[in-house]
Amino acid sequence: MRGVTSARQQHQLAEAGEPWWRQRESERKRPNTRTSSTIPSPLCASSLKMACQALQSGESLATLKNESDSLKKKLEEERAKLHDVELNQVAEKVELVSALSIRTRRVLKGHGNKVLCMDWCKDKRRLVSSSQDGKVIVWDGYTLNKEHAVTMPCTWVMACAYAPSGCAVACGGLDNKCSVYPLSLDKNENLAAKKKSVAMHTNYLSGCSFTNSDMQLLTSSGDGTCALWDVESGQLLQSFHGHTADVLSLNLAPSETGNTFVSGGCDKKANVWDMRSGQNVQSFETHDSDINCVKYYPTGDAFASASDDGTCRLYDLRADREVAVYQKDSIIFGASSVDFSLSGRLLFAGYNDYTINVWDVLKGNRISVLFGHENRVSCVKVSPDGTSFASASWDTSLRIWA
Amino acid sequence: MTSTNSSLSNMRRLVAQLKLEASVERIKVSQAASELQQYCLQNAGKDALLVGVPGGSNPFREPRSCAVL
Repeated sequence: MRGVTSARQQHQLAEAGEPWWRQRESERKRPNTRTSSTIPSPLCASSLKMACQALQSGESLATLKNESDSLKKKLEEERAKLHDVELNQVAEKVELVSALSIRTRRVLKGHGNKVLCMDWCKDKRRLVSSSQDGKVIVWDGYTLNKEHAVTMPCTWVMACAYAPSGCAVACGGLDNKCSVYPLSLDKNENLAAKKKSVAMHTNYLSGCSFTNSDMQLLTSSGDGTCALWDVESGQLLQSFHGHTADVLSLNLAPSETGNTFVSGGCDKKANVWDMRSGQNVQSFETHDSDINCVKYYPTGDAFASASDDGTCRLYDLRADREVAVYQKDSIIFGASSVDFSLSGRLLFAGYNDYTINVWDVLKGNRISVLFGHENRVSCVKVSPDGTSFASASWDTSLRIWA
Repeated sequence: MTSTNSSLSNMRRLVAQLKLEASVERIKVSQAASELQQYCLQNAGKDALLVGVPGGSNPFREPRSCAVL
């Protein structure tokens, strides 16, 4: 477990509404930095030789630092050269979005504690949701029936995902694992018996997603890495290193765009990765605080992020920069989750102030505020055919809006 | 020494990563933005949450049957 937090401290933090296991940026010990600086190792012949070799090759910490600083500066300059206009300026002539008639159409009650995550099935009617008390429930969104329920052996099930076939769900959280449960047609069958542990991280699981098939699973974790797993064998196929703090969210690019995904984390960075090589191909750092959620635009050419700094932002991958910020002075609470409508025109964002804001992606203004939840909104997802979206909340319910 | 070596290799990795990111091919924001806009406008008609759907065809908007006691 990260750090030593007493049971009393955990309780206090939980009461305050903060997940005690998630260290704030300011408290964070960077992973990968060994505390060897406390005990200097003796100068021995081999280490002296290595130091001399490093000096001889002209490389030293100082020269590398200079090189990295000048590269960062160059990157900013290159990006700035292409910044010839703002997105909302380009969209000036576009008609304003007329008033939306979106309201709550279903309320899904049944979880006993905070709902942390949800996902739609490809059939556009079923959903899976997971909560703080360890329960994972599969719902029929039309009838409100609970079709399956499983109790995980851990609390804070922060991630859940529906398999593309609709025949299984994956979930995980404080158990540091991601497990796959095949969904049985027999309602009496004990789902927990068929559970398959697939992913193993060294810290909590924050996000999971099946790739194009039921066979591969992509996970993100509080240990600062993302990983791609083979579901059948549990083998690690690729790991993705680069974040310097907890990774909180990941999203796969729409299948037409190829094998990439984006991740966001407590290091305020959003990274785009090549799934085959494990390479971090693009990186964006403009948020002022943890990035809680990242989501691709329908074409895969851009993605949006939601952050504890209260803003949501749009990054265009081909321009390689941030192109819009969705913010208002009156919004002071963190944004936890975002998703695009089918055409990409609307951005739905859930916030810690219990509301969902609907933003005009092109013009940058807020179109409406949706009220209804009685505690933080933890997750928002548009259904596969775009006819509705679902929200999950710490008020223990889920809502379907249309 | 160990900490210097690991900082050195971290820095080397950082420099290599930055070189990779600097070499990415970029297009102008004006072009990227107009393509985003074009996609939005082309698909606006199909976006049920934006324009609504003809009455009755959105299963979530249909009233569910109520039992009259």
